[in-house]
Amino acid sequence: MASVTARARTLNINGWAFVVPALALIAAFAIYPILTSIWMALHAGQGAEATFVGFGNFVRLWSDPMFYQALTNTFIFLLVQVPIMIGLALVMASCLNMPSLRWRGLLRTALFLPCVTSLVAYSVLFRSMFSYDGIANAVLLQLGIVSEPVPWLTDPYWAKVVVMIALTWRWTGYNMIFYLAAMQNADKSIYEASRVDGISSFDRMVFITIPMLKPVILFTTVTSTIGTLQLFDEVMSITQGGPADGTLTLSLYIYNLSFKFMPDFGYAAAVSYVIAGLVAVLAAVQFLATRERTR
Amino acid sequence: MNASLRSLLRSWLVHGFLGLMAFLSVAPFAWMVVGATNASIDITSGKLSFGSAFVDNISRLAELYSLPLIFWNSTKIALIGSVVTLAVTSLAGYGFEMFASRTRERVYVVVLLSMMVPFAALMIPLFALMANLDLLDTHAAVILPTLASAYLIFYFRQSSKAFPAELREAAMLDGLREWEIFLFIYVPVMRSTYAAAFIITFMSAWNGFLWPLIALQSPELKTITLVISSLGSAYTPDFGLIMVAVVLATVPMLLIFFLMQRQFVRGLLGSVK
Repeated sequence: MASVTARARTLNINGWAFVVPALALIAAFAIYPILTSIWMALHAGQGAEATFVGFGNFVRLWSDPMFYQALTNTFIFLLVQVPIMIGLALVMASCLNMPSLRWRGLLRTALFLPCVTSLVAYSVLFRSMFSYDGIANAVLLQLGIVSEPVPWLTDPYWAKVVVMIALTWRWTGYNMIFYLAAMQNADKSIYEASRVDGISSFDRMVFITIPMLKPVILFTTVTSTIGTLQLFDEVMSITQGGPADGTLTLSLYIYNLSFKFMPDFGYAAAVSYVIAGLVAVLAAVQFLATRERTR
Repeated sequence: MNASLRSLLRSWLVHGFLGLMAFLSVAPFAWMVVGATNASIDITSGKLSFGSAFVDNISRLAELYSLPLIFWNSTKIALIGSVVTLAVTSLAGYGFEMFASRTRERVYVVVLLSMMVPFAALMIPLFALMANLDLLDTHAAVILPTLASAYLIFYFRQSSKAFPAELREAAMLDGLREWEIFLFIYVPVMRSTYAAAFIITFMSAWNGFLWPLIALQSPELKTITLVISSLGSAYTPDFGLIMVAVVLATVPMLLIFFLMQRQFVRGLLGSVK
């Protein structure tokens, strides 16, 4: 009996020994900063001159046009780009999964290749392609799709389009890989039965593939949503938030508030908790949806 | 006849669609390589053929930055960061899974919750913390906050569920201690899990931008990603130099991808099965 408790104690000591290095690092570089940023969000001013303002920083958000601009831009990216990308990735995955497909490996590798690039590197690449007399305009003019060059980076509307094209290029293959893996794990007999029954490929997509992939689609949608809410590298490197704040995102606004404008850490922290709140709400949605599925 | 014609048509359509998408996916890589051989003015006017400016571009880039040093900075940060991250997070993932207790489960939930707070909320406190520790503008400041990735703890814990319990029991009967079981049995058995995790951490460190941008100021400490960014934010960016830097930043990632394609994809898929 005594040896059992001794063994349990050894197990417990071992249990802590294995996790303590990670916990110490998380406490120092995640938990402590999180607590500090909550404190900051509730204060105005810095250092010794900081005064407690409660939710004052959050109240200030209501009348800040630049915050609204950043929030609107972020949601435009979210609501336009994420559905296009997810849809495209689904179509690409189901095409790649067709049994009669040739050059499958080659096509898959090519479609996946953009995932290898760093966010800053591909953003700068896209910036060069979408310059006023750059390659994108040259091709469009040549094909007769446009009659005069598109002001890609100098017009707030088109600058958003460039950012969305770039995001779609970089991330569609990434999402596709998730769907492809899920499709290959799925029961092949379902597909074969539907083919024998003469169901059209569109119906197969809507009534079999999408319901079957629901958990994966949900996962990728939430990941993409969180990624878009934190969008920074691309807009910083392609447009620096311009023109006329047309591509300013919440994360870029926080960066500007902290390191570009007169440092206003408390207010910046408040904006960051708006992102945190949005992330939490969306994570809760995912949690509820997943629970419904397993019930 | 009609049916076979239709399936032929569909096959063409699918091949055409995927072919076009594959072309669009690869074209920017070709653009990058061609661009590295052209002068800035030719790049922004959409020149599609190889030029003769490559030597000029790379030598002017080398005048601005010591390229071996920049490369070394990126490699050092990514390598040290990845090795320590893997050690720390796999120990924790293994520990949380093998020695489950009620208290540790609660701690685990807190660890996962810490993942929810976006980096934007942490960057100012981290900046202040590094200033207090007198670590600003050092590589340690870049590496430290990335070490204890909650995501990778989760990843290793999920992967540990596949580690056969009999192996652990057999090792215990042989009188191995817990740390010996971990080091001599778990690590070798799980090497493909480690390979996949290594690729994730190495890539995210190599490509890291926002935090290194804040933490580093001295030119001689900059990573290749920061060099691309500061070349790009010039008032009149020289795209010839930028393209060379982009090629330099991308080639190592392409090499890793082609040499370890399976682990690469596995790493991205994480523990989603």
